[in-house]
Order: sequence, then structure tokens, then C-alpha cells
Amino acid sequence: MVAPLKERLNRDIVINRLIDYSPLMVLFFIVIVNVIFTPNFASVNTLRNLAIQVTSSLLVALGMTWVIASGGIDISVGSVMALVSMVSAKLVGIGAVQSITIGIITGILSGVLAGAIIAKFNIQPIIVTLSLMIGIRGVAQIINDSKILRLDSPEYVFIGRHRIFGEIPIQVVIAFVAIIIMYFISSRMVFGRKIQAVGENHKATELVGINTFVVKIGIYATCAFLASIAGVIDTARISASDANILGSMIELDAIAAVAIGGTPMNGGKPNIIGTVFGALIIQVITTMVNMNNISFEYSLILKAIIIILALWAQRFLHSKR
Amino acid sequence: MDRDVLLHMKNINKQYPGVKALNNVELIVSRGKVHALMGENGAGKSTLIKVLTGVETMDSGEVILDGETIVINSPAEANHKGVSTVYQELDLIPDLSICENIFLGREIRKNSFIDWKETERRADEILKSMGIDVNVNDILSTKSTAIQQMVSIARAISINAKLVVLDEPTSSLDSSEVQILFQVIRDLKARGISVIFITHRLDEVFEMSDEMSILKDGELVATSKTENITRLEMVSKMIGMDASSIVSYRKAYNDSKIKDEAIVKGIDLVAKPKVNGQNIEVRKGEILGLAGLLGSGRTELIRLIFGADYLSSGHFEVNGEKTKIHNTRAAIKNKIAYCSEDRKSEGIIPYMSVRENLTLAIMGSISRFGLLSRREQNKIVDKYIKALKIKVSNPNQPIRSLSGGNQQKVLLARWLCAHPELLILDEPTRGIDVGAKKEILDLVEQLAEDGISVLMVSSELEELVQSCDRVQVIKDGKTVGGLKNEAITVSAIMDKIAHGAVIN
Repeated sequence: MVAPLKERLNRDIVINRLIDYSPLMVLFFIVIVNVIFTPNFASVNTLRNLAIQVTSSLLVALGMTWVIASGGIDISVGSVMALVSMVSAKLVGIGAVQSITIGIITGILSGVLAGAIIAKFNIQPIIVTLSLMIGIRGVAQIINDSKILRLDSPEYVFIGRHRIFGEIPIQVVIAFVAIIIMYFISSRMVFGRKIQAVGENHKATELVGINTFVVKIGIYATCAFLASIAGVIDTARISASDANILGSMIELDAIAAVAIGGTPMNGGKPNIIGTVFGALIIQVITTMVNMNNISFEYSLILKAIIIILALWAQRFLHSKR
Repeated sequence: MDRDVLLHMKNINKQYPGVKALNNVELIVSRGKVHALMGENGAGKSTLIKVLTGVETMDSGEVILDGETIVINSPAEANHKGVSTVYQELDLIPDLSICENIFLGREIRKNSFIDWKETERRADEILKSMGIDVNVNDILSTKSTAIQQMVSIARAISINAKLVVLDEPTSSLDSSEVQILFQVIRDLKARGISVIFITHRLDEVFEMSDEMSILKDGELVATSKTENITRLEMVSKMIGMDASSIVSYRKAYNDSKIKDEAIVKGIDLVAKPKVNGQNIEVRKGEILGLAGLLGSGRTELIRLIFGADYLSSGHFEVNGEKTKIHNTRAAIKNKIAYCSEDRKSEGIIPYMSVRENLTLAIMGSISRFGLLSRREQNKIVDKYIKALKIKVSNPNQPIRSLSGGNQQKVLLARWLCAHPELLILDEPTRGIDVGAKKEILDLVEQLAEDGISVLMVSSELEELVQSCDRVQVIKDGKTVGGLKNEAITVSAIMDKIAHGAVIN
């Protein structure tokens, strides 16, 4: 049976490659279509706007990749963004760095809480994060009586407005660093293996002596941390904090990006690069719809179709291996 | 051949990419007979059954059932034509009740609503006729694997099949349950139903089957009446090896390697309902076997020693010192390792590569600042692939693409590379073909020679006889007897199970 196995393996490898590269191919296709049909699409300005706009959903999607790879889901990320935004904006009087730090710590704590509840009491992640999503949004709104809080701290706004060398927005650099770190941990470090192991076979992971409790807390805390950064960036960009809408529905874009990116939805290997392409695909569609003066509602329908197609393709390819 | 043929599969061919899974296979099953389908893992048994039951389509060939050429494209169609299958992996729905499972997809209706009364009545009738006494409204997952298996068979019976296929039905049953199953099979025969029976347990073949076909590498190598073939002939056909090399094997006892001191001692262990005040002691360098019926609390006891389940009272001593083993990490720290009986759901990480599966338990210790060292991994993986003769074409391939025996070896290697002092094995040879079985048992003995203590649970008594220095017999969560060296025989173990009185 050795020889046939080898051939099957080659086929496995081909299909794995297809799974790996399919999001890239889809992105490529959509970009080409836009370059041809959308006026002014191929310009530095468009590219930069696209990069700025994708940052927060991308950061959230990176964290979501780990959560989904571990067999869970986190729909509280948007509320965490709002909370971090409010806390840091409210405290900005003590200094931008201090207030942002406190805000981010608050965000991480909510992630630790989510992970602890999920791991300790074995409650379904969607229920735990659903209640957090509702509760944390409430807390964020209470902080400023559901009113918009204007931000008059040049240091804070700097994060959203500054361009390195006059060209590269800071948030793009932050996103880039986040991608590299997340990719590195996922593919080269012990923790990345633990995420996959927990997601694919929880019992076996526990029996092999891996502390799944700690791993899950780490995963949800990381997800909340990245959402917190996204919250800070969005706050800085609009130089105001609005707990009513900031980050709302972002979990859906993030989950969609992960799904398109090819991370198995019921747990498995986290595909960070796939998620990056997934987030870009969603953003390009939004941009495309905007630039062609098609109303926003249509972009929603288009996104839905793309997500279904991506999941179908994933299912198809996985069934072949 | 003049016999009353029910099923004739002719010149069946099936090609998977790169593998000729079935090569001109012919299978003839007589009416009202039990036909054993034998072969090692990967010989093509499952593929042949899948073709028959419409799970896979054949590339070419002909299936004649009851004198009529039939084409089967789906399992539902197979059911409709009277071919019913009980798969190796149970395909039941754990959260539904027993009677719902039996009539799943064929619900009995009255005025377009489900007729629950009739469903319950008929489910009850079928199970009663099998000698199984359960409440058909109980949720399936609350029942033992054995009962679940019976439900699966009841489902097959309930469709009025002409031919029932049993794919390793006994692998999770204990001997009394196997007898009940056999009674059920005899009933089927009496009703004129044919049975195709796939099993790894050779005794069962000779006890139950009337005729058999043996596959090897996708080809039919022999077909015969069971009475016309000997065990040795059968095994040698299956593995394609000379029969003389398979002699009944019995270990030479060598007490000198066993030290008197206990490596791990469990005292008055309690974890209701399956562990009711157990004492156990594993000495350095010995192979201790745990025997007992399925459900006697064997697995529960060893899981306690590994810290996998909650211990309600009692304590452990490791190397003579009182030690807490409250979770698996504590056990591992004390150099205890454990291979679960359920490779699939408690062992492998299916889509992870062989390399990463093998190094999963020691990942932390061969990494630096959490960074995996590919070189270090490869060194270990190469060493164990060679030492355990694991058949892989590439350590990067996902572990799920390996055969059961090779998966098991990877899981053994996963623990061996952590250098345990006590290795706990639960059914180490379950679902593994004959050749790999012997290799694994040989390996276990080699480990004991090297000074590792082994605690082993097995339902196959011959294995315990073959390998163990000492056997502890368990019944209803208590120890009822112990056997040593030459005193360990199958009949002695059975006698203890049947007549042994509690000794602790």
C-alpha cells in the first residue's frame, strides 16, 4: 500500500494548495474586474482608502481566525470595540497613551472572561459571546449616556490621521505587523499547534496534557485584544466615540473573512493569510459598489453571494481530500 | 458450485486515484448463510461493501441479487432492495431515542403524523426478539456502546432485509454481548436472511460463519466453506505469509527484570459508579493486564490513574511517595502516559501531519520560547518512524490518511518520545489488522524489557495471556482476582470473571 498512498498524498497536496490559494485567486479576479470596469479604481488614492477602510475588520478577522480555528466563535468583538473606544475617550484627559492602554486592558479582560466562561463551564461560545455582546454594548453606552463623545486629543487622533512619509497610514502599518505576528505564531509556534489541536479534537488535546483552559483563554483574549486595537483606530479616525454604532455588525464581516479565507468553520488549522485575502475581498466589494454608485444595499447581497460561494467551494475541496 | 445463491458480485472493479481498490473481485453469498469477509485493513473489504450498499459506485462489474441484475446508487436504494448495513462507525443519532433511531428515515405514519405508539411497539418487539431489554424511549447516548450497536442492528433487521452486512459489529462488545449478537445472527439465518460478516476476531469467524471469502490488496485470494479451511491457512492467506511463521506464541517469563518496588500504586480508589474501592499496583518493568467484561470499570480505572477523570476518594503513590494526580498534566509530570481505546475521538488530530501528531505531547519541551524547532521534530520523528516501522510516505501527510495500525503506532510514538515510566494502553490493538497487532504487542514487550512498566487493558484475552506478567481481573468496579506468569491462561481469566469473589 505504500506506493498508492504516495500518489494519494500528491493529490492531497494539490487539493490543499487549491484550498490555500483559492481566496487569492478570487481576490485577483475581483480586482481585475474592477481595474477594467470601475473608473479610477487603479489609483494610489483608492488603494490607500481601501487599506484604511479594511484595517479594523481585518484586525478583528485575524483574532476571529484563531477563535474559529479552535472550534468557537466570538460575536462580542464589535461591542468590545465600542467599550474600548468609550473607556479610552472618556479617560483621555489623563493622557492619550494612558487612556488607550487602560481601554485596551479593559478589552482584553472581556476576552479573558469570555474564554474562561467557555472553557470552564463548557457553554457554547455563541451563547457566551452573545450575552457579552449585549452586555458590553450596554456598559459602553452607559459610560456617556449613549451620547457621542467628541475626542479633542491630537495625540489620540494622530493614530487615525498620521501618514508615515506622508503616504503610509499608521493603521496600515499596525495591521501589517499584526498579520505578521499572527501568521508567525500560527505557523511556527507551539501555541499555533495547540489552537489547531483544540479545534480538531478537544478530548485528545486534553489527554495529551495540553491545558485547554489556558489555550482557550489565550485565544479569546487575543481576539479581544485585536478588536480593542481596531476600536482605538476607528475612534482616532473619526475623532469621536459613538458607543451606539461603533463596531456594530463588524463580527459578521470578520466571520465572513475567515470563512472565505478557508479556515475550517468547525475547527482546524488557522489560515491567517486566507483571512487577510478574505477581508480584502469583502472590502473590495464594498469599495466597488461605492465607486460605481450602486446603493449600499446591493453590496450586502453581493457579499452574501460571495460568502456562500466561498463556503461551497471550501466544502467541495475538503470533500475531495 | 451448486448452491442457492442470493448475491453474486461479478468482476467488480474500483479505482481510486492511484489505488486499485478492487480488482476483478467476485463475491458469492449463499441464501441463509453467514458469509465472513476477511482481509487485513486496506484489503478492500470496506470498499466492496460500500459498492454493494451504494455508498460508492463501481467502475465496472455486475451485482446480481436474487437472480436479478441490480444497480444501486444510494444507501436508501440498497435498503429498498433488501440490503442493509451496520457500519463499523455507528451511524446513529445520539440525541434521539432508541425507537426514533430504529425507524429513522422510515418513520411509521398515521394521517401524515408519526405514529409513536406503533413505533414504540415495533421497536420494542424487535429488540425483545434480540433479547435486549431496554426502554425504547431512552435517549441513545445514555446507553453503552454495546447497546448502541444492538440498536444499529435492530435498525437493519427492521427493514426486512434479505441480506444484512455487519461491518465489525463485535469490536466494541464484551463476550456476553457477543453471544447475544450471535444469537441474533442465528435467528436471521433461520429466517433465510444472509449475513455478510466482517470481523478482526478470528474465533468469531470459525464460530459463526458458514463460508468465507478472503481479500488481499483488492483481490479475491480465496473463497471456501468455513469447514474446509484451517485457521492457519486463513491467516496466511490474509497476510500473504507462510503459515509456519505464525505459531501460537507464548512469552517466556523472566521475573528478574521486574523489580519489587511499585512505580504507581492506587489505593482505595473510588469514582462511582464504575470504580468502587480499587487497589492497583504496577511494578517496575512489568506488564500488568486488566481483564474484565466491557463495562466492568477497566477503562474507568486506568483513566483515573492518568488523571483524566475525577477521583472522589482514594490516593496515589508514585515511586513510594503520596502524589496527587488530579489532571492529565499531573500524570504526565509523573511520567505516566496513556493511549485511549478510542483512537479517533481521543487520539489523533486528524488533519494534522504525522510529524505534529507524533510530537504533540513534547512540543513544549523541544521548543524554545514557544518556537517550534523543525529540526528537532524531524530528528524525533525519523527515529520513531524507523524504530516502530511506521508506514508513511511523508511525515507531512495528515495522520488520517494512515491505516489504523500505523495511526496507533504514531500515537504510541507520541508517548514513547516523552520517555514515560508507566505506559497505560487501553485496547492497543483494537481495529488493527493481524500483522500490525503482532508488531504492537512485540513492541510492548520490548518496552518492558527496557524497563518501562506497562498497564494494559484488552478485551482479547489471548493478548493478555501472550504479553502479561500479571493479570488483575475486574468485575463491577472491583478486583476479583489476580493471576501470575504461567497461571495466566484464557480459561483461568474467564473462570475468575465468572466465579471470582471480591478480594479487596
